[in-house]
Amino acid sequence: MSANKGANMDENKNPVGGTSTRRTRWQKAIQPTVIVIAVVLLVALNLYIRRPDVDPYILGVLCLTGINMILAAGLNLINGFTGQFSIGHAGFMAVGAYTAALLTTYRNFPFLPATVLGALAAGMMGLVVGIPALRLRGDYLAIVTLGFGEIIRVVINNIPITGGAQGLVAIPGYTTFYWVEGWLILILVLISNLIRSGVGRCLLAIREDEVAATALGVDTTFYKVLAFTIGAASAGVAGSLYAHQIMYIDPSVFGFFKSIEILIAVVLGGLGSLTGSVLAAGLLTALPELLRGFAEYRMIVYSALLVLVMLIRPAGLLGQLEAVDILGWRRRPRPQWRTTGAGSGSDAFAAVQADLTTTDRLRGASK
Amino acid sequence: MLTLEGLHVYYGGIHALKGISLMVEEGEIVTLIGANGAGKSTTLRAISGLVRPRSGRILFEQQPLHTLPADRIVRLGITHVPEGRRVFASLSVRENLQLGAYSRRDRGEITADLHRVYELFPRLGERQNQSAGTLSGGEQQMLAIGRALMARPRLLLLDEPSMGLAPLLVMEIFRIIKEINHGGTTILLVEQNANQALRVAHRAYVLQSGEIVREGPAAEVAQDPEVRRAYLGGDVA
Ligand SMILES: Nc1ncnc2c1ncn2[C@@H]1O[C@H](COP(=O)(O)OP(=O)(O)OP(=O)(O)O)[C@@H](O)[C@H]1O
Ligand SMILES: [Mg+2]
Repeated sequence: MSANKGANMDENKNPVGGTSTRRTRWQKAIQPTVIVIAVVLLVALNLYIRRPDVDPYILGVLCLTGINMILAAGLNLINGFTGQFSIGHAGFMAVGAYTAALLTTYRNFPFLPATVLGALAAGMMGLVVGIPALRLRGDYLAIVTLGFGEIIRVVINNIPITGGAQGLVAIPGYTTFYWVEGWLILILVLISNLIRSGVGRCLLAIREDEVAATALGVDTTFYKVLAFTIGAASAGVAGSLYAHQIMYIDPSVFGFFKSIEILIAVVLGGLGSLTGSVLAAGLLTALPELLRGFAEYRMIVYSALLVLVMLIRPAGLLGQLEAVDILGWRRRPRPQWRTTGAGSGSDAFAAVQADLTTTDRLRGASK
Repeated sequence: MLTLEGLHVYYGGIHALKGISLMVEEGEIVTLIGANGAGKSTTLRAISGLVRPRSGRILFEQQPLHTLPADRIVRLGITHVPEGRRVFASLSVRENLQLGAYSRRDRGEITADLHRVYELFPRLGERQNQSAGTLSGGEQQMLAIGRALMARPRLLLLDEPSMGLAPLLVMEIFRIIKEINHGGTTILLVEQNANQALRVAHRAYVLQSGEIVREGPAAEVAQDPEVRRAYLGGDVA
């Protein structure tokens, strides 16, 4: 993340193409094609899963993919758009999963209200953790959220109702492809609308420069907690979908590695790109399955691919770009790299020069 | 309008402000000059609520500020342009300006003010859809000032607006500061460029190691031999 700092050195260069906001011919030509392909894919997918002879394994992978997309999108709202480095996302997923699964398994709740309550519980947890934790910055916040994730796991391990380390069994298998699809679309629409609203502008402002945002009267704590809560609630939804798909959950599922897996999807796709999160979560879920042919080398190939992508595109696959930018539907060039107005190379140079002239004057005057 | 009384600010063990008192009257440009590390930025930060004084009082029209959070202070009509531009790099120029109006309730007049800022800084108008991170240093400084004006402050706190700008642009920035003041905005100006600052200001305070060592009408302070020797390079008319 700090690798991007240098990008502001060339102050006048816009990595996306200067002030030119016109759509390129390439973009114009590709637009209809892309829409057609996307719609055809979605329809084909929905038709495919209706077939009686549909492969349950593939269906399972598709659902997991959707769940991971929800997780990545929610974490990106916190990490990518608001700039708060949180790494305990699996903890919120666990809260949603256990709340919803306990309600359906022991209280015969229908799936929808159970999932909504799971999301609310996770959101509440986000609020409770967020209010103290978001006063902290950077690495400290990361450590606190990491600790929170572990605490959740330990608590679940030790209270009787959750089944402890043995796990919660016989959860009804309510999750279908349609549930995942519906929740995914709902959450993506919610988050992308939020980002483009006035609230979203404040979130981005906090990410870009918290001091400047505070100086303009933006209540930064409120917005940070808001993003954190929404991100946590969406993880709760993902948790419920997961529990009712696998029909068995135990605390180890929601450990540190799950949190890291989500974080990898967000960073790989690009901090600040919802499209990137969805793409990367899709890739990362599908890739290990596709690599099964490599047998025991699978994880090596997987890791090597990750390293390669991050070397070639340190800001993630899409940086901060969204599908609409790539298609040329949004007429605003955005810098692809995160830049900070303050402390850029030439500014710092100028400041040093200014300092030099003052000291020179002082020296000159006192002789 | 604004009164600071015996203000002490600490950063951990560092005693940055050692009981400073100053006053800004409505309609004035008051400048605060001093060497690096004297505590100029700290003074502005204390006024806008970015740091809390350990003791002393800050009053804005009889209302104590030192207990209020930063967002409340902005709503009272004080906007701080912090040192070093600090624009929101990946947001467009227009979005930066809109964020400046964040604390306002009169949505209807914001568009009119946007045009007023574009009139003051035509460069910003030309680049309103460009992301702020791609502006030049001088343009970013204009954006930072324009953004603060969007809050319609009654008191504007400017921290080294001329820092790192080419001489011609420095003149331009000071001309604009005067223009803003003529429009009825009171200004507290922190500057390294003491020479220019003393020319536009009505009154001046000189800060040294966290204490105010001189104060008075800007013209008088500019004539003070000590000040001339230390901050004006000796022979400035
Ligand atoms: N965040 C901080 N933590 C610790 N010390 C600080 C902090 N900010 C400022 N200081 C110290 O407080 C003193 C006053 O700093 P301040 O930034 O107010 O100076 P200044 O007059 O604005 O200087 P300059 O002209 O270089 O901007 C300095 O000694 C500085 O080192
Ligand atoms: Mg300073």
